[in-house]
Amino acid sequence: MLGGFFGALFGVGGGIVIVPLLLLLLEFGQRRAAATSLAAILVSSVAGAITYAFHGDVKPGAAMLIGIPAMVGVLGGTALQQRIPAERLSYGFALLLTAVGIRLLV
Amino acid sequence: MTIALVVAIGCVGGVLAGLFGVGGGILFVPTLALVLGLTQLHAEASSLLAILPTAFVGTWRQRGYGNLDLRAAAVIGLGSIAGVQLGVLLAESLPESVLRRLFGALLIVSAAQIIWRARRGS
Repeated sequence: MLGGFFGALFGVGGGIVIVPLLLLLLEFGQRRAAATSLAAILVSSVAGAITYAFHGDVKPGAAMLIGIPAMVGVLGGTALQQRIPAERLSYGFALLLTAVGIRLLV
Repeated sequence: MTIALVVAIGCVGGVLAGLFGVGGGILFVPTLALVLGLTQLHAEASSLLAILPTAFVGTWRQRGYGNLDLRAAAVIGLGSIAGVQLGVLLAESLPESVLRRLFGALLIVSAAQIIWRARRGS
């Protein structure tokens, strides 16, 4: 429920809340937590998209413009995750998020 | 040019989503807002729709790799539906500038969490 709340409030799936809960409370491994979170996100995003659509806030053209290429990208990403230690890339990704975060804050 | 940029960010966002187990929304929302110029609320609403194909394919692949706990996912997913309603209501009522700053803060928290997960190891 907490995941859904954060997910809908911020337009993200809720993985930011779900993954640490799975890691800490259910003691899942990283890969199992990420996979299970993704499946839960599927449900919360459907609910969120439908609810927002009722308010007329969803722009389907813009969503598909980014969503369809991402679908192709995720095939590569999940395959890579099985082969390389993603931990090494984490710092770069964290840096990118921080930069965009600061851009939105100021 | 803008469209090519959004498509490119979409591809990279998908790769990162698969690698780090995020839905991709943390990248979709700023792209829709900053590159396509959607309002924060419209960017967040559209991001949830954009997440669906990625989350679907990602879940299907992860299931193939044997990483998925379907029961836990179903419990969390169904539980989240109630939270979604509250989240939408709050997002609708907050001023645009507040929503955007909150999202900026969320990105920084996400960055910290990714580092935490990396240091924790698998």
